[in-house]
Amino acid sequence: MSELTGKIVRAHGSGGKLTHELIQSLFVKHFSNRSLDELLDSAILENPGGKIVFTTDSHVVKPLFFPGGDIGKLSVTGTVNDLAVCGATPLYLSCGMIIEEGFEIGVLEKIVVSMKNAAELAGVQIVTGDTKVVEHGAADGIFINTAGIGVQNSKARLSLKSVQNGDVVIVSGWMGDHEAAIIKAREEFNISANIVSDCAPVNRLTQKMVDEISDLRIMRDPTRGGLATTLNEFVWKQPFGIRIEENSVPVRESVRGLCEPLGFDPLYLANEGKIVAIVGKNCAGQALSILKSFSECDSAAIIGEVIDDPKGKVLLRTAIGSDRILDMLTTEQLPRIC
Amino acid sequence: MKFIDEFRNPEIAAKISSEIRRIMPEKRLSIMEVCGGHTVAIFRYGIADLLPENLRLISGPGCPVCVTPNDFIDVAHFISRQKGTIVATFGDMMRVPGSESSLQREKSSGADVRICYSPSEALELAESNPTKRVVFLGIGFETTAPLIASVILSAERKKVRNFSVLSGHKTMPFAMKALLDSRETAIDGFICPGHVSAITGSEMFRFLSRDYHVPCVVSGFEPVDILESIYLIVRQITDGDSRVELQYKRAVRPEGNLRALEMIERVFEPCDSIWRGLGSIANSGLRIRSEYSGFDAAKIFDIPLTEITENPACSCGEIMRGVKTPPDCTLFGKICTPENPVGACMVSSEGACAAWFKYKKVDEI
Repeated sequence: MSELTGKIVRAHGSGGKLTHELIQSLFVKHFSNRSLDELLDSAILENPGGKIVFTTDSHVVKPLFFPGGDIGKLSVTGTVNDLAVCGATPLYLSCGMIIEEGFEIGVLEKIVVSMKNAAELAGVQIVTGDTKVVEHGAADGIFINTAGIGVQNSKARLSLKSVQNGDVVIVSGWMGDHEAAIIKAREEFNISANIVSDCAPVNRLTQKMVDEISDLRIMRDPTRGGLATTLNEFVWKQPFGIRIEENSVPVRESVRGLCEPLGFDPLYLANEGKIVAIVGKNCAGQALSILKSFSECDSAAIIGEVIDDPKGKVLLRTAIGSDRILDMLTTEQLPRIC
Repeated sequence: MKFIDEFRNPEIAAKISSEIRRIMPEKRLSIMEVCGGHTVAIFRYGIADLLPENLRLISGPGCPVCVTPNDFIDVAHFISRQKGTIVATFGDMMRVPGSESSLQREKSSGADVRICYSPSEALELAESNPTKRVVFLGIGFETTAPLIASVILSAERKKVRNFSVLSGHKTMPFAMKALLDSRETAIDGFICPGHVSAITGSEMFRFLSRDYHVPCVVSGFEPVDILESIYLIVRQITDGDSRVELQYKRAVRPEGNLRALEMIERVFEPCDSIWRGLGSIANSGLRIRSEYSGFDAAKIFDIPLTEITENPACSCGEIMRGVKTPPDCTLFGKICTPENPVGACMVSSEGACAAWFKYKKVDEI
């Protein structure tokens, strides 16, 4: 990459010579695949048949690099996971970058390589892209949008309509690792902790769940707003509620340790490599063993069940045995003043 | 987690809960907590769910953001509009509505407002922006006051001349006295603030239990701490006793933190202070002493007197005095929500309305 040292300038996004140079020596070099290498205005893709699943996600994160990941990895896994929890095999991604003038090209390459590695791990190809450069101060380093296309597994019958009273709620592992890692990495608080983001594609495990669990009702990745928000999305306007046990939710000691002094609730912290699933009661054990067969999911746990009353609400049996409502995150969690 | 899980043990909680029920008199009792941290813990752990029907918990004026009146917020807005000024603040203050605006709105209109997690960050901000005037919004009780005092002393030592503090600090005991004097709400016992007491010492509340015959228990913040404190208050009531008890022994000493108190004393002096909802309370505020007036934003800026307006329908005041509960307010949950707060009690996560809204009890769905 000797020809691509230095900094991003406005001309890198002008569509001219520098843009082409950047595309060839960075994006095509690392993402290379048949569709992308042709560099047409659109990627022309094979349709393997089945229902097309399509999603998009924009990624902004500070710091750009954090323990366990970076904005590049996040931008691939975020979109891959959105496809995966819909029961799809992720196939193709687009990559739109908005880069602040003055951004180090060496850092950009690190991000691109990280995207490439994450895409390989998830088995997807980055087949089209776009780069825009904005003036210094108009963006915070780099923003990445990815859109993704997948094909839904014919066995996937995921719908909230199929949820029944007595179904169980399962999480695939430790909750809150990603956001806790980001909070720690920002170094805004003088707290020592070793926390690594869970940022990872989940499509291998979702695929296995879809293939093998006959009563798989619904899956979702509990990203922004965390587990509490995802559970509330499940019950919103539905003729059922969910009750979970606070003590059953797997949260690492280090994450709890970070949350305690700040007054944060780990149930509202974002995850980037986990799923929450509702499955029929008879399949609960099987689903748990499938999840636990993946090394990253060894702390998977049944955390609660579907109830018929109250409807549309999530109840939390607290650590001390009382019941209260677990609401959606409404505003950002802020550290307590004293 | 060690030293935490023991205080969230469901068996211990159930045992204390049944002890409270066993000794509970038949009459209705109202116990007030005056610390936002307690308010959050009470709601977060559904503590009311474990108490007898005739025992009511009231959230008093314990949230630093909630008790900060509109005039302080308006002055902060005025300062944020001055050229070459950076306003540094705790995050919660950003969304508190003043008479006309909020810091968040001022920021979106171009004011330079930064969120700090500690006052020392504001001083660092001043050092790294020598051409700007950096003003820290000093709110909170005896807990935050020593931090701010130490930062002012540090600014003096380092000769940082572009740093100042707008002091809206308040002290708790006289506000509790004012609530008892008003006789508006029956308060049968106080869960006294743990962190405030770590600074002031538990003895600070003795005059309340002695002169007003109200049991005062200084409590920790874990659910078992709070349940035990409630038990101690109920036991004092049934014994016909009223004294200060220290439940939070692992953090609080009767005499307090003498070094922190000395620091407050050095930089601040008592003054009358306006509390949102409670009005002016004698000697319940802290202003910067004249020796440190170079760091006092109230002296540095030529602050105009403006008319203060509050939404007349907002019941934050009555809620903090224990006269109303959040659902009694006509705005609660309809016009006033955490996304669009009308009153300060809905802004801060420690506010009674925000806690009530977030953790509504099961039987109130």
